[in-house]
Amino acid sequence: MITLIKNGHVVDPSQNIDGPMEILIKGRKIEGLYPKGKAPEAEKIIDATKCFVIPGLVDIHTHLREPGFEYKETIETGTRSAVRGGFTTVCCMPNTDPVNDNVAVTEFILDKAKKYGSCTVHPIGAITTGSNSEELTELQALIKAGCIAFSDDGRPVTNSQMMRRALEYSKIFDVPVISHCEDLQLSEGGVVNEGFVSTIVGLKGIPKAAEETMVARDLSLCELTGGKLHIAHVSTAGSVNLIRNAKSRGINVTAETCPHYYNLTDEAIISYDTNLKVNPPIRTAVDVEAIKEGIKDGTIDIIATDHAPHHFDDKQREFDSAAFGISGLETAFALSYHLVRHETIDLKQLITMMCITPSKIVGLNKGTLSPGADADIAVVNPETIYKVDSSSFLSKGKNSPFNKWTLTGSVEKTIAMGKVFDWSEK
Amino acid sequence: MIQSKDLLGIKELTPEEIYLILDTAAGFKDVLMRDIKKVPPLRGKTVVSLFFEPSTRTKTSFALASKRLSADFVNFSVSTSSVVKGESLKDTALTIQALGADFVLVRHASSGVPHLLSNILDISVINAGDGANEHPTQALLDMFTIQSYKKKFKGLNVAIVGDIAHSRVAKSNIYALTKLEANVRLICPPTLTPAEVDKLGVEVHHSLDKGLKDVDVIMALRLQLERQSKGFLPSLREYFKLYGLTADSVSHAKDDAIVMHPGPMNRGVEIASSIADGNQSVILEQVTNGIAVRMAVLYLLAGVKK
Repeated sequence: MITLIKNGHVVDPSQNIDGPMEILIKGRKIEGLYPKGKAPEAEKIIDATKCFVIPGLVDIHTHLREPGFEYKETIETGTRSAVRGGFTTVCCMPNTDPVNDNVAVTEFILDKAKKYGSCTVHPIGAITTGSNSEELTELQALIKAGCIAFSDDGRPVTNSQMMRRALEYSKIFDVPVISHCEDLQLSEGGVVNEGFVSTIVGLKGIPKAAEETMVARDLSLCELTGGKLHIAHVSTAGSVNLIRNAKSRGINVTAETCPHYYNLTDEAIISYDTNLKVNPPIRTAVDVEAIKEGIKDGTIDIIATDHAPHHFDDKQREFDSAAFGISGLETAFALSYHLVRHETIDLKQLITMMCITPSKIVGLNKGTLSPGADADIAVVNPETIYKVDSSSFLSKGKNSPFNKWTLTGSVEKTIAMGKVFDWSEK
Repeated sequence: MIQSKDLLGIKELTPEEIYLILDTAAGFKDVLMRDIKKVPPLRGKTVVSLFFEPSTRTKTSFALASKRLSADFVNFSVSTSSVVKGESLKDTALTIQALGADFVLVRHASSGVPHLLSNILDISVINAGDGANEHPTQALLDMFTIQSYKKKFKGLNVAIVGDIAHSRVAKSNIYALTKLEANVRLICPPTLTPAEVDKLGVEVHHSLDKGLKDVDVIMALRLQLERQSKGFLPSLREYFKLYGLTADSVSHAKDDAIVMHPGPMNRGVEIASSIADGNQSVILEQVTNGIAVRMAVLYLLAGVKK
């Protein structure tokens, strides 16, 4: 099948392209880019009028929940949700049941993704077996089976010596160690950010220091070992400062934040809406500004979703016992395009943060529209204004604090490995 | 008029609504002083208590308030019900509504549970204490008691002493007192001070003697004894020395200051017996006033159009 995307405005920072172009897709690959009207004949035409044609988004922080929590999400529904949101590659976190700490689970995930997946799936292996901070997993075997990074996400590596060893040992393979930074003693029992809002609502707070002390620890360990550290879901101004400082000293660290950390402040929690319960928690306006500043100056390298789908029953309950997490894949683009509309960054930088750099961090050849690359493309209309209806999410997880929000910027079509998903047809 | 069908907290009330509840309670206090202590306004109404935390005084007070108003009072016993069999809060609440209750009184260790029930249910939800959020009827009975002694709130100096961080009683009293324009001082160790609480328009003191200087009202709080093992304080003995209400510390307050406590008291931890039983203590009056105030709340909410 030969498909041509025409009438669109192609933006691909990897090739320094920003203008009207046509993209020819042959099978699963990009065949070539052509000036308007110069492309060869195609069997199928995709009209991208008024749209930007950009590389498919790459999320290196997704929870697909399978195996073990299929009632929350499956690889099938999670990847459907991904392509709905313009993502063509997702890297799934290992906190499944069983934990992805062995080849069998990795192979299971890849097998399911091959059979039922709508987009490319790369598993992230656990750093320690059972993610319990006691023994390293077999990195070589897991990498051979298909893992592209390592993380105990959902939990920190509590044992500092173990984190040191992980950062050292992973150097053999040049793979990133993704750290969920949380001092579990400081955060114990906490469900919201510690501050004025936690006082008002009477819910136990998680101090910013619970994140920042471990960011500081891991930056020190990264400096000590020269390993490849990636800090997950940065949520505080203090973490941004620590990372900025570390980078200025040449430490080999990258960092991500998530759309909810620059679109929400903790004041929303006064409603006790459990869809706002996420770990790390939604912080304050000062943090939101610092996160945006970190995005702008490159301290924060990428945007990830931390897509954490949950069943309705796990959310409609007491705030204290409701599950942590936000179903994020289907709102991430618009919530991040917001940064472009308000001139925090330009579209090229957004694409760099959602396509190019994520793929670079985990060592993939994604995030580019260059000829010969995988045909992973998103067609987005920057002007569409729409109201979020989380009940229509393709994810099983309808848990979004952005339900009923009016957003600007829609994903019209997603092409994943040459397969076309046209969302404008509905 | 009360605007909401529910009493979720003092935070949600206007000063006018607070005064209305206090005025209504004054009428019911007269009823309680009579020989026949029963009036008919809530005949045919049903009040169900749903307490997920142990409580004797609040529940008994509400039971008496309901009965004095001729309502039926039923206890939905959590420890023996389907809740222990794993029923969700939502299902339990819907069951109570389906049983035909008009009011549900809820107490829960998790803040926000009354708000969750309020969203699910059509019947009136009364917060009988949720986590570290609020205990509105306690604050209302405290306001009623203060008013009976001090006549006005504006300019009154009120000290709340103890474990503010974990206290829903303190929170509701802070809202009530600040709405009624009293000056509020919180006296507590830094480990038991809620984050950024000064933004609520209160003064924070870590010294008991300085904090009590010239106050009109002293409100003691119960100290949960397990705070010690969590590192909030080194020992109950040291806590009593620093924050216990004694003849010595209370002497810094005005001579006519009243001493209050929501109960149950830990004598020798937050309050010395000489103060608890002394002539400045109004602790037992608070208990009596609690019935009148809860009658007022039930009566006024019953009049809200749903």
